[in-house]
Amino acid sequence: MPHTITEKILAAHTDKKEVEPKEFILARVDLAFANDITAPIAIHEFRKSGAKSVFDASKIALIPDHFTPSKDIRSAEHCRVMRDFARETRIENYFEVGEMGIEHALLPEKGLIVSGDLVIGADSHTCTHGALGAFAMGVGSTDLAACMVTGEVWLDVPASIKFVYKGKLKKWVCGKDIILFTIGKVGVDGAAYHAMEFTGEAIERLPMDERFTICNMAVEAGATSGIIAPDKITEGYIRKHSKRKPVIYKSDAGAKYAATYEYDLSKLEPQIAFPSLPDNAKDVGKASNVNIDQVVIGSCTNGRLSDLEIAAKILRGKKVYPYVRCIIIPATQEIYKEAMKRGLFDIFIKAGAVVSTPTCGPCLGGHMGILAKGEKAIATTNRNFVGRMGHPESEVYLASPAVCAASAILGRIAHPAEV
Amino acid sequence: MIKGRVWKFGDDINTDLIIPARYLNMHTPEELAQHCMEDADPGFAKNVRPGDIIVAGKNFGCGSSREHAPISIKGAGVALVIAASFARIFFRNSLNMGLPLLECDKAVEDLRTGDEIEADLERGSIIDKKTGKVYHTQPYPDFMKELIGAGGLMNWIKVRREHKR
Repeated sequence: MPHTITEKILAAHTDKKEVEPKEFILARVDLAFANDITAPIAIHEFRKSGAKSVFDASKIALIPDHFTPSKDIRSAEHCRVMRDFARETRIENYFEVGEMGIEHALLPEKGLIVSGDLVIGADSHTCTHGALGAFAMGVGSTDLAACMVTGEVWLDVPASIKFVYKGKLKKWVCGKDIILFTIGKVGVDGAAYHAMEFTGEAIERLPMDERFTICNMAVEAGATSGIIAPDKITEGYIRKHSKRKPVIYKSDAGAKYAATYEYDLSKLEPQIAFPSLPDNAKDVGKASNVNIDQVVIGSCTNGRLSDLEIAAKILRGKKVYPYVRCIIIPATQEIYKEAMKRGLFDIFIKAGAVVSTPTCGPCLGGHMGILAKGEKAIATTNRNFVGRMGHPESEVYLASPAVCAASAILGRIAHPAEV
Repeated sequence: MIKGRVWKFGDDINTDLIIPARYLNMHTPEELAQHCMEDADPGFAKNVRPGDIIVAGKNFGCGSSREHAPISIKGAGVALVIAASFARIFFRNSLNMGLPLLECDKAVEDLRTGDEIEADLERGSIIDKKTGKVYHTQPYPDFMKELIGAGGLMNWIKVRREHKR
């Protein structure tokens, strides 16, 4: 029987020869991870179960990235629970502040995920790692606790939806615009309980950073996972970052899809997701009368080196608009170091932006840039829900790093060509 | 059998509305319950009574993987959530930690805040006490029944491991 890449990876992690959509399976996990918000509850459940050791200390990662460096006493206590547990169970991949980065940028960079892996993370944006040709699925804390004991996870095999992208992207249009446009087309539950398989010449041309951005937001269409078949670009990335050998799967011709969508991207404009759902996407021109109070460039969606480079290209020699705060957050220490070495921080600081240590911080309204009542932000992050970045009456607009940088200069939502 | 009052919500109630991130520095059901549904209905946590039932539209629980969302709902004493559909991670979190869910778009269409209903989880039926109308939901697949029957995922793996020995 012909199968999708997702079905093949899942079958390879069971004792079955093949698996079918909607079938319930118990699958072996190659990497399970959690952060400072989700790990404490998982650890509590793990201890309650009476387990003394984890199934494999090399296959678990704990990353304090959300409210860190700890924003208050309670958050510090949560980090301590995680740190103590990592020490006690000898978790090999615990990343302390100083080594830490935003989990979905950090784990691929550390070479902990390769093509063909089955990955679960107690964080909804775990789907990011599908960009490596792995099956990666967000779960909750109890799932993670159970996996830390058994090394397995239960799941219903998702049927796949195929997205085929054609055409050459216009200048200033990037992976973020592709995914915002796609979510706008299918809706916030348009891919619910499905795997989104991103294919086509437009995807094949994209560098890894933009592929991560696309898979990162699959969950915003309700998807179980997002995936891009590995190619030379994927293999090059993995060779650079990991000692592990990738296992390459591709979808068979004749594999069954629940639906197939084809888009010609050659006329696509930079996209803005208006408040308060990620599927509220419109062309950037429709937002040019929206004045902003804050700009955030960072997050697991767009805090990678090429995101910072494009922001720097636009901000070079310019000034952030009066009374606007522009907050730039490199996603990992490695990205931070490289951005500093390349002189990007000079550009940002001269422009009047601030550069933060890696953290999820403002994306989920944690710290490092919370909005007051009535304020508006444009951000490279992934959610624009009511109150996501602060006060319930504040607003978040989602966009690419290029659009965010241009908007910082003009104090309103702007097309990068305007600056 | 669950009997309770309905609290009605709309579509796409996300986990930030159920429990905003400003409270994610908490983790106990008691504390989280005090802020349950705060950004969707600030009066909810104060006025909800044990046994009450949340009824919502499509894609309930979309967004973050935070298990704090079902924990806050269960902690607030809510006995059951009925929705037209549930977002995937919220759905598995609820099954894993023992918050009952039923999917039934017809009941969601008709029911309003304050209605008194009765729900039979085993049979997957919902009765509107005032009109007497009965709604039927899709039964859970066998695997999920097993999980619910065991009282959640941690108990399920425990039973399974003991079985193996």
